Amino acid sequence: MSSRFPANALLIGLAAAALLSCDREERHSRSKPVGETVPAATSPDTIWPGGTMPQAPDPRAKVYDNNAPAISEGQFLYTRMNCVGCHSHGGGGMGPALIDDEWRYGGRIDQIASSIAEGRPNGMPSWRSKLTDDQIWKLAAYVRSMSGQPSKDAVNSRSESMSATTPATLMRRAPAHTSDTPDQ
Amino acid sequence: MNEMTRVRKEDERLARERRKIVRDGPKLTGAELDARLERTWRRPPGILGWLATVDHKEIGRRYIVTALLFLAAGGVLALLMRIQLARPDSNLISAQRYNELFTMHGSTMMFLFAVPVMEGVAVYIIPLMLGTRSTAFPRLNAFSYYMYLFGGLLLWAAFMLNIGPDVGWFAYTPLSGPQFSPGKRADIWAQMITFTEVSALAAAVVLICTILKARAPGMTLARMPLFAWAMLVQAVMIIFAMPAIALCSGMLISDRLIGTNFYNASEHGDALLWQHLFWFFGHPEVYIIFLPATGFVSVITETFCRRPIFAYPVVVLALVSTGILAFGLWVHHMFATGLPRVGYGFYTAASMTVAIPTGLQIFCWLATMWEGRPRFDVPMLYVVGFIVTFVIGGLTGVIIASVPLDLQLHDTYFIVAHFHYVLIGGAVFPLLGILTYWYPKITGRMMSETLGKIGFWLIFLGFQLTFFPMHFSGLLGMPRRVYTYPAGLGLELPNLLSSIGAFIVAAAVALFVVNGLMSLYRGALAPPNPWGAASLEWATASPPPPYNFPHVPIVESRSPLWDHDGELPVVTGLRVDEKETLLTTVVAATPDMREPVPYPSLWPLIASVATAIFFISSIFSPWAVPVGVIPCAIALIAWFWPKELKRNPEPVIT
Amino acid sequence: MRIRAGAPILAVSVLLGGCTYQHYQSTFSDAAVEVRQFNILFVIFLVICTIMYVLVLAFLVAGIVRRRRAGIANVIEDGRHHQSDPLMRTGLVVWGALVGTGLIGLAIASFSADRSMASAASRPRLSITLTANQWWWDITYNSADSSKTIRTANELHLPVGVPVRILLNSNDVIHSFWVPSLAGKQDLIPGRQNDITLVPQKVGVYRGQCAEYCGAQHAKMALVVDVDSYGDFLGWWEHQLQPAPTPAAPLAKMGYTYVTAGPCSACHAVSGTPASAIVGPDLTHFASRRSIAAGVMPMSEGNLYGWVADPQSLKPGNHMPTIGLEPDQLHAVVAYLETLK
Repeated sequence: MSSRFPANALLIGLAAAALLSCDREERHSRSKPVGETVPAATSPDTIWPGGTMPQAPDPRAKVYDNNAPAISEGQFLYTRMNCVGCHSHGGGGMGPALIDDEWRYGGRIDQIASSIAEGRPNGMPSWRSKLTDDQIWKLAAYVRSMSGQPSKDAVNSRSESMSATTPATLMRRAPAHTSDTPDQ
Repeated sequence: MNEMTRVRKEDERLARERRKIVRDGPKLTGAELDARLERTWRRPPGILGWLATVDHKEIGRRYIVTALLFLAAGGVLALLMRIQLARPDSNLISAQRYNELFTMHGSTMMFLFAVPVMEGVAVYIIPLMLGTRSTAFPRLNAFSYYMYLFGGLLLWAAFMLNIGPDVGWFAYTPLSGPQFSPGKRADIWAQMITFTEVSALAAAVVLICTILKARAPGMTLARMPLFAWAMLVQAVMIIFAMPAIALCSGMLISDRLIGTNFYNASEHGDALLWQHLFWFFGHPEVYIIFLPATGFVSVITETFCRRPIFAYPVVVLALVSTGILAFGLWVHHMFATGLPRVGYGFYTAASMTVAIPTGLQIFCWLATMWEGRPRFDVPMLYVVGFIVTFVIGGLTGVIIASVPLDLQLHDTYFIVAHFHYVLIGGAVFPLLGILTYWYPKITGRMMSETLGKIGFWLIFLGFQLTFFPMHFSGLLGMPRRVYTYPAGLGLELPNLLSSIGAFIVAAAVALFVVNGLMSLYRGALAPPNPWGAASLEWATASPPPPYNFPHVPIVESRSPLWDHDGELPVVTGLRVDEKETLLTTVVAATPDMREPVPYPSLWPLIASVATAIFFISSIFSPWAVPVGVIPCAIALIAWFWPKELKRNPEPVIT
Repeated sequence: MRIRAGAPILAVSVLLGGCTYQHYQSTFSDAAVEVRQFNILFVIFLVICTIMYVLVLAFLVAGIVRRRRAGIANVIEDGRHHQSDPLMRTGLVVWGALVGTGLIGLAIASFSADRSMASAASRPRLSITLTANQWWWDITYNSADSSKTIRTANELHLPVGVPVRILLNSNDVIHSFWVPSLAGKQDLIPGRQNDITLVPQKVGVYRGQCAEYCGAQHAKMALVVDVDSYGDFLGWWEHQLQPAPTPAAPLAKMGYTYVTAGPCSACHAVSGTPASAIVGPDLTHFASRRSIAAGVMPMSEGNLYGWVADPQSLKPGNHMPTIGLEPDQLHAVVAYLETLK
């Protein structure tokens, strides 16, 4: 028998690979302990008087934003919590469209989560008393996927229901901007 | 110069070339012939030569070693599962991890071990058994190995990176669809399928062409060894079955990547479409694994009972009819899905019918043992183990062919018991036997008989301890793919026994590997025909030289080495200064033409790297399809670029 | 097939030597027409298959033992390797005929049993709709009078002796309804409606489990089937029609507010209260069920505390979130849930 594998290189490579893991696929099934709600301090605005720096991005954004299981659970909640009733499958109705690039209260994931938790004028209910923050962040992640914001390998292309929008993996990303200011 | 002068000069050049050709024959034979053939047929040394090899023996060895590594890896996963299931309500392994374990175990064993190891053994031994110098399409052979390797590495790298699939080895939709399997796990599984199915198709093409066109002169189809028949039927089955899974996994990737609706019931797709297409492949797949093993059993039985198989035509017809019937059974995997009962009746009848050819084969093997004088060396022990074990699996298969019985037993541990009985009993035992049998041919040394016997008894008894209790687990209500089970259902004892048995099986496999590795250095040196067998692979040295046979043998019966005293008659006149092989006609094996054999080349490796990049990147973006195809096209064009632009001195195929 | 099922079933169970546990999730049961037919057919198949196996083993052993008598083998060493006993040809044909006949007989037995089961189930008098979700069972008892339909979850009550037809739907992936002590399984496939009819014959409590891999918590998707006498069953149905009682105790009252107006009401319904969401299981008579969370653990106060406090640790990945209740909220919620009998 000839042919010896370069065994050492293979082993080192495997060890290195095992130490890495893919954040896209991490499942988070529990929320934080009592007391931590969605940051009420998140501002939907992008202009501050006095020119102060905007606050640092919420650390949870990285956890949920491009996370495939979070987006998938968000999709489940979107249907079951009847977001469809006002927002349809993103096209809007009584509520504003979610698949476009206009965000009245901000299109970052923490801003969307804040909108869901606090409610907004003109009919968006507050969900803080009904959903845990983990669920709210997952919904926010899904809502962002409706306009093509997350990276394409984290979104589900379609749901197992009637087609309502372009498949999420083929959506063109329109950079989110708030609708009352010309640019972010 | 004018036209006539040019033609005359060309003819003179060709005549000079023709005089330089060296052929084997009465004037060039013995050690001098061996040396010249060695020079022509050996591959360049070093790492590049190793990567560029087109020698079917090297490729076959790589297939076998890689498949055995995947067997070990899949076996470790099984041990982890059994540790988790040894006690009820166990918390050792999380649900997510366990689901990945059984998905990886099934996928590794079915796609990365069972089919490739059969291909590997066949690729190694078939040209030797048929008395020819090389397989057909040696570079395609190399390509098929590399595709298999890359597919296996893709799956295992994903598993190590914690993005491995968790949808089960047959990945039913809609669970494996875009909504319920977020991320790329299921895509990686589906693309691994693409790699292994391309590899299997390539190997099947190589084997069919070799078996039909490259046999020794005089080896008519009726004189062909039964292993070659088994591989011929298996390869044709691969060609018919693999497109179904290519289609369904391609459609799954398409659903997941670009939002098509093949499996979406709300948009007039159908979740059951997956099951039909998958099982149309999946049922023949298990016969693709089993038929080569029947070939192994025939080989071993003939040699160790010291006589040819009883009723050779019956065995051949049994192989062919099993291969055909296997395509008509697939709905027996879907008896619980609510399809019309009248249709199910057909599949019950077909599933029972397929037991008849297999039953006749078993009779033929047993009759050979009865007529002969069996010698129970390790390979024959594995054949006995095969009979005892596989027949149980076959009979439980008859049980679950019945719809009312299957409706209770489907998706329970009874099924797990059944398929392990037929796959381990029916394929792994013959495999271990044949690896022991052909080890002297491959390596030039004998495996340790003592270790082999201990290993056989360990695996045979360990297997029974592991899988027999699973029949009871299933009857007692334990479904498949559960990461734990509650106490109080009576499942504790069968599961504990299975877990203990699993470790005994693992020890036996480890012992086999140790035996194989130790015997490389300490085994007794093997003569050309240590078992006194009848077929042609034993007519050359152990291990065979790169050119297999110094002269191409002529065959006059089914058992060439038994029926011909002294030296075999041979064909002379093949070139020794260029790689050349003799092709024969399909049925009667009369010499047909001489064909040049390709030299070692890196293009199969390059083409498979390009294809691997194409496949893997298409997991992440549909743009990879039009873009990734370009390097593949370049590699293939370079591979097939014609070598000779001048006229060859002799009429040959180029 | 009207053969008495008792004897073979008893024989097989005794053979297994394990009668110390209840066979409430096991095919070794005579609790319904379907499983009795299964056992009879299984024994028939087992007997025929064992006979075939014994014949194969006998031939094998004979071949092994026979070699000791030297000089009679047709082997290469004696130059007779092309000869064979003429009886072997006959043996081959007889063997083929035997296998074929055996299989035909088994196929006929199988078809007969199938038809017999179908005819026993041909006139169902009760209709239930079972919708499978990841990872729980949504159960609706249908009635011609729509005010008499009831919705429950994870626990079926069936009257003994009455053929019941269960319509099988799925809301997400493929599941499989399987109560081994009663009948074979049937898949629940999204996009199609399957059905299964069964005829329970013995009063008792049985356990079923999802039998098609459906995702992370497939192992913990069980259901309890309670087969009652006809009178008890009607009594149970009447009781299920009652709305949830208003709680009297102060702790339960606090729990009532939390459950019907707080996060629980986002997914659960309790009839007679404002909580009417259908995302999760109906809780109206939750405390009268025998298990929590589709068979994850038996119903008890302690287990209820554990489940409500942290469902994600007991069934990771399921859709009920870990809310992170304060201790007094937890006490109140559990106190209220305990009143939902």
